Order: sequence, then structure tokens, then C-alpha cells
Amino acid sequence: MIKTDILIIGAGPTGLFTVFEAGLLKLRCHLIDALPQPGGQCAEIYPKKPIYDIPAFPEVLAGDLVDNLMKQIEPFQPGFTLGERAETIDKDEDGQFIVTTNKGTQHKAPVIAIAGGLGSFEPRKPPIANIADFEDKGVEYVIRDPEVYRNKNVVIAGGGDSALDWSIFLTDVAASVTLIHRRNEFRGALDSVEKVQELKDAGKIKLITPAEVIGLKGDGHISGVTVKRSGEEFDLECDHFVPLFGLAPKLGPMANWGLEIEKNAIKVDNSLDYQTNIPGIYAIGDINTYPGKLKLILCGFHEATLMCQSAYQRIHPGKRYVMKYTTVGGVEGFDGSKKEAPKAVVKAIN
Amino acid sequence: MESPDIPITIIDREGVSHEVMAPTDMNMNLMEVVRSYELAPEGTIGICGGMAMCASCQCYVLSEHPLPEKGPDEEAMLAEAFFVEDNSRLGCQIPITPELSGLKVHLAPEEM
Repeated sequence: MIKTDILIIGAGPTGLFTVFEAGLLKLRCHLIDALPQPGGQCAEIYPKKPIYDIPAFPEVLAGDLVDNLMKQIEPFQPGFTLGERAETIDKDEDGQFIVTTNKGTQHKAPVIAIAGGLGSFEPRKPPIANIADFEDKGVEYVIRDPEVYRNKNVVIAGGGDSALDWSIFLTDVAASVTLIHRRNEFRGALDSVEKVQELKDAGKIKLITPAEVIGLKGDGHISGVTVKRSGEEFDLECDHFVPLFGLAPKLGPMANWGLEIEKNAIKVDNSLDYQTNIPGIYAIGDINTYPGKLKLILCGFHEATLMCQSAYQRIHPGKRYVMKYTTVGGVEGFDGSKKEAPKAVVKAIN
Repeated sequence: MESPDIPITIIDREGVSHEVMAPTDMNMNLMEVVRSYELAPEGTIGICGGMAMCASCQCYVLSEHPLPEKGPDEEAMLAEAFFVEDNSRLGCQIPITPELSGLKVHLAPEEM
């Protein structure tokens, strides 16, 4: 069981900055994120895109912003549970929250800060009428264990890196690999596209373009797909259909945590501290909503700051605390480091 | 002084037609116009913020207006999107200019 003061769900910019603000109050933090690295969308989706509205940064690449935040919070030694999605929240007998991930890792904290951005990213599902009937019965949106496909006939749909990479990989595993894409052009890495071309020429991958899968056949388990190409429809036998169309953000499990949801976001009290309808659970950054909400990184930083002050009062009820400027109080890390402004040299005048 | 706003017709996902005035002097794109008039529920349009990284603002262009050519990002996203038709465009890639006065679009269905 991982124990901390503030358990932060989401390791994007807002979640990371929460560690700093909490650290100034001597509160320890641990972050959970479904992505394998910190930084949220900034690191995962657009690390090379410049951001222009971070105060004092005329221009900063999203990836560099994350790197700077990681450096800024280093003295506060946050813990990370990465590559795992927060699945459930329960309360134990002493009123603390227990958060369990999809991999079973348990965390305990008196305060939860949900900084989940747009939510968790889940596979985009093609609009095929009966696709839900075949999920885990031959339709998989993510390839977890390639051995499942050994000596099977596999149809993959999509035109990005995942579709190309898995098509290439499975040629050595599956009995047959068919790649179906709506266009003749693929948007994956050039060497992957060239490799698929080679495998096609060698007869190891069957390529069907421009085409799309519009129907699924089978009785209990998928046995084939219906393909539409140039207005014509035909069936193709297969054991597995793997649509790889990237990820889309969804609220995911947090939609079931009893939180008040409005406009696909978590409703909070912005007049005070960004607390949700469950005392002790806060929501900050793009995941929350309140009158006048703006989904900006800088707003997430502001919300994190106020939220930490409230969290302090919750963790230390009745204890007096005065907000200090870092120019006055410096930054004292949990690692023993201390940064502070140099004291002015005053010389007596005789 | 001439108004910088232009009339645009947007048919929402329920099939309801809305005549809206879109400003040409605010650096807005079509997706932002849809959001500002709340013609689609929050969280279902412009999810990526307008970077052509999702297809939540896909729309079908119903009128003959001079639109900017599709860039590589828009082409790639539409190649991966669902419910794509020949007249599909991403609203976030269409800046509102005076030339679009009278534009008519239909929002594509929301992806599941």
C-alpha cells in the first residue's frame, strides 16, 4: 500500500505543479497516470508543439514545459504509479481514501486531487453496428499478447503507426495478415510504410485499400468481416479483427466514483477550493468545470495552488498557516535541499 | 462601419438548423463558432483544442465556398476518422473569413 498526503490522479502539467505547491506546505504527493510517462497530453500528444501562453515563457515546447516542471518538483520527491489507471475509490475506517488501479496497486491518502485532463485515453471504436458483440471474441482494440494471434488469420484496420507496426510484427506470428485502410497513403513512419510495401510485395501481407470494414460476421466468435471497396462489398474470413484507430479521451472509471458530472467534466466549487461534491476529493485543471471555466494550463496551475491550501487545512485541521512567498521562505525540499534568496549584505556605517 | 460578422448555417447532430453570426475579427475557426454557440455538448467537439488531432469537429460542407486546402494533419486525421464523406472537413481547420458568408455545414455524428 502506497501512502501519501495528496494522491494526484493525472500527471499532466497541473498534476505535476500540484506537487510543488503541496511541497511548499510540507505535504507529500504521489501521482497515478495511465500513460507510461509523466506530462499528460503535453508529453504524449504534442511534445514538439510550442505553447505561447505560459507566463514568462514567450514560447515553450510542450515537452520542455514538462521537463521543467519535473525539475521544479524534484526536491519534493513525488512518487509515481505510471502505466496504471485509477480504477476505484473507497474509504477506509479512518476516513482515508483508498485508490486501486487497474493493475491492483493500492494507494492511501486523506486527500485526492483529480488532475485528469481530458480523462483517460481509450481506443476509438469504428462505428460497426454489432462490434460490441464481438469484443474479446475476436475483436481487440489493443494487442496485448501477440501469441493470441499465432497461426490465426488476422485483419487489421487503420493507417497509422500502430496499424503498420502490428501488421509487420504479426507476419511472423499469424497465419495471414490483412491490412485494410481507407486511403492508399499511410501516415505512419516512412520506414514502416516501406516495410509494409516490401511485405506486400513478398506476399506476406495482404493490403486492401482504399477500403473499410463495415460489418462483422460470426456466431459467438468472429469468423469474418465485410469489406467495402469502391462501392463494392465482399466478405473476408478471419479469426481476429483488430481496429487500430488511435485513442480518444473519455472520463473512464471516474464517471462511476459518485462525483457530480456536468458537461463531461467534474463539477467543483470554484468559489473556495475546487473541491468536488465528495469532501476531500478535489478536481483541478481541464477535468473540472465551474461557471467561467477556461481549459488553460495556467488556470490549472492557479487551481492547484488554491487547492493545496485547502488540502493543508483538511490534513491539519485547526493548524494556523500563513501563505509565504518563495522569495521570502525559499524552497525546502524533502531531499534536504534548500533554495533561498541570498541575504542582503548590510554593512554598518561608522 | 460594416459588421465583421457573417451569417453561417450549422445543422447540429440532431438535425436542427441554426443560423448564426460568426465573427471574422476574432481569429476564430468553425469549430470555435460551434462551441461558442453551444451547438454541441461540451466535451464532444474540439476535444484536442483545434490541432487536427481528433475528429470531434468533423463536419460536412454543404455549400460551394472557397475553403482553405486540407493540410497534411487534416488529411491524416480524416483518413482515420469515422463517418467520413467526400465533403468532410475538420471545423478547426477552417478559419472564419468574410468569404465564408453564407457557408452551410452539417456536424458529423459523434464518435463513440
